[in-house]
Amino acid sequence: MSEKVLMKGNEAIAEAAISCGCRHYFGYPITPQTEIAAYMAKRMPKIGGTFLQAESEIAAINMVIGAASAGVRVMTSSSSPGVSLKSEGISYMAGCDLPALIVNVQRGGPGLGGIQPSQSDYFQATRGGGHGDYHLLVLAPASVQEMAAMTVRAFDLADKYRMPCMLLADGTMGQMMEPVELGESTGGTVDKPWALTGTGMSRKHNIINSLSLTPDELERWNVDRYARYAKVERDEVLYEEYLCDDAEIVVVGFGIAARVAKNAVNAARAEGIKAGMFRPITLWPFPKKAMFERAKTARAFISVELSMGQMIEDIELAVRCTRPVTLCSRVGGMIPSPAEVKKSIEDAHAKLDGRN
Amino acid sequence: MTTVFDRPHALTDVPMHYCPGCGHGIIHRLVAEAIDSLGIEGKTVGVASVGCSVFAYNYFNVDMVQAAHGRAPAVATGVKRARPENIVFTYQGDGDLAAIGTAETVHSAARGENITVIFVNNAIYGMTGGQMAPTSLPGQVTQTSPYGRDVSAVGYPVKVCEMLSQLDGPAYIERVAINSVKNIRAAGRAIKKAFRYQTEGKGFSLIEVVSTCPTNWGMTPAKAMKWAEENMIPYYPLGVYKDKYAGDAEKAR
Amino acid sequence: MTKNILIAGFGGQGVLFTGKFLAYAALLEDKQLSWLPSYGPEMRGGTCNCSVIISDEPVGSPIVTEPDILIAMNRPSLDKFEKAVVPGGEIYIDSSLVDRKVERDDVTVHYVPSTALSTERGFDGIANMILLGSVIEHSAVIDRKDIPAAMAKVVSAKHKDLYDFNIKAIELGYEFG
Repeated sequence: MSEKVLMKGNEAIAEAAISCGCRHYFGYPITPQTEIAAYMAKRMPKIGGTFLQAESEIAAINMVIGAASAGVRVMTSSSSPGVSLKSEGISYMAGCDLPALIVNVQRGGPGLGGIQPSQSDYFQATRGGGHGDYHLLVLAPASVQEMAAMTVRAFDLADKYRMPCMLLADGTMGQMMEPVELGESTGGTVDKPWALTGTGMSRKHNIINSLSLTPDELERWNVDRYARYAKVERDEVLYEEYLCDDAEIVVVGFGIAARVAKNAVNAARAEGIKAGMFRPITLWPFPKKAMFERAKTARAFISVELSMGQMIEDIELAVRCTRPVTLCSRVGGMIPSPAEVKKSIEDAHAKLDGRN
Repeated sequence: MTTVFDRPHALTDVPMHYCPGCGHGIIHRLVAEAIDSLGIEGKTVGVASVGCSVFAYNYFNVDMVQAAHGRAPAVATGVKRARPENIVFTYQGDGDLAAIGTAETVHSAARGENITVIFVNNAIYGMTGGQMAPTSLPGQVTQTSPYGRDVSAVGYPVKVCEMLSQLDGPAYIERVAINSVKNIRAAGRAIKKAFRYQTEGKGFSLIEVVSTCPTNWGMTPAKAMKWAEENMIPYYPLGVYKDKYAGDAEKAR
Repeated sequence: MTKNILIAGFGGQGVLFTGKFLAYAALLEDKQLSWLPSYGPEMRGGTCNCSVIISDEPVGSPIVTEPDILIAMNRPSLDKFEKAVVPGGEIYIDSSLVDRKVERDDVTVHYVPSTALSTERGFDGIANMILLGSVIEHSAVIDRKDIPAAMAKVVSAKHKDLYDFNIKAIELGYEFG
């Protein structure tokens, strides 16, 4: 066990990435995630790694593509507007089956938006964001400790399934400091025979490519990729339940929203309302099976989000409209207070009367 | 019996999709010959771009990655930074390099990234069927400049070698052409030198190859060569635009 | 027990540093904690605040909206957050810079002329630590014995003089009470 240290969420991501063998970082400055770049700029030269500040987010993600093609652990990080720019490259990565980590420390949008925390890139992250049929494996940490742990997990999963993974955080998660314990990691032991290393004149040349002008071939690539996604959906779902077993009202939130929701649940419990919290940790794959099971005991769901209501659609799909789902949200960089969430719990509770 | 002509080992033995008389065949061969002669095939990684040469990944017998439109130098940067011991080149057309990928071109050059860029300038978008390129000549008729490129409305062609040679980053910038045997031989020498510079760790090289597009220019291959000579080369003068190590060879002599 | 602490002032008054020091002290005491700065352009000269939560339980929301302890280093901070303090809470004020009294009577208020004291005693620029000394003296937020070790975490060993300076400022805060 290593020592507990105080770190900002952004720094924890960077240090955890280094701990699990990432030696290549390409990025472009944008608030509120620049600490990641700054940390990498300081550390990478000292450990024989590469930190490169690209000319744009577009260039950065394409540098990631190059390094991932070469078979190394590589990452980039950005915030909402920057992730939009990276989306073209992310689509190519999905199409080329390239593993890498993309961190989005979300801020308010759309457009240039603001620099305060937001969760309004949920659709972009979980639906792909770029063109074509694909998914990112999306992890949503809710503490600095998880920022570190999920970074390592994202690299491992990316390598295992040959797909880009996204860590979807927000400005609060990135900027806050909490105690964190950084573990040792394997540093990635997955064999990458597909990587571009040079043929060494001893094998057929490797080609990394997303282009096929033959429809039946391109269809097959897509179908094969989705077979892999099905495995991810089966094996890699993560979520946390808090006081859900006897809960009538289940508040669903990820990241900072889950932290706020927990306070609200405790406050509601103190007043005798049976409330619980369900926290998806993987946003794709969404824990829909567990949520459907939970809908058998819970009587109403509340989606707490820093968006105009994006995850709520996944909750409705997961519970298959068997239970009412309401939204409690603030946007633009505002964060719902525990009192606001508690009010939503009380409202949902009041409506329960007369319903089964 | 002596073999006087053979396929370079660094080219795969598959039929190319290029139109008859297209310059890409010649330029592919020159790149492959350079790789062969330097003995670097086993450690070379190529980056194909978007445009007619998109399928270059099938033709070069080296590890290849296909980049998004304009992003080849960024992808090459990533490969090279991950595997500095490998030799990394991009193969890009004029739309890819000088329009959508201008930022990546300029900044990989400014960084002095130790990669080799092969830039094929045929003054037109080939794959999409003959639209105006950033390097289309003033007055040149294309599908999207049907009355001739009107510089008062759409501006002037981008002179890549002239522009990049102003930067401190690049090691070697030369413009060559393939309109004559003499020029093809000179182009081969330049391409080989660019790859050699990379093996010597000298940094960024770009070879602009003035080429032809008989199909979209609407000419026979022979006439296209003549057109390139009479129209393109005067606008895009051939020669070395920058060579940081020009003196070294003389010193060594 | 959970203490929700809100530190607020102008950028440059050491708002974030004060919070960081508290966070490290709590870490040394093996408490659960979170530290969250307001961030953005307002960090450069404008108003700035920092949420610190120290608890025996895992910390829920890291955003302090209803502080148990408010440290107000300037007038706008008091104006903005006075009403948010929980009944029975504590407010610590740099009375050199805040020209009014707290209006509420359900909170404990400590007026410390820390800016004046820091100038008077030659501790220019660290009024924040004098004010913090008063907080430590009156609230059970951190243990005095952890101060040297916590200070060592936030002031690098290269700056021994700054270390001593900060410790002395905290002690002056106790003294003033």
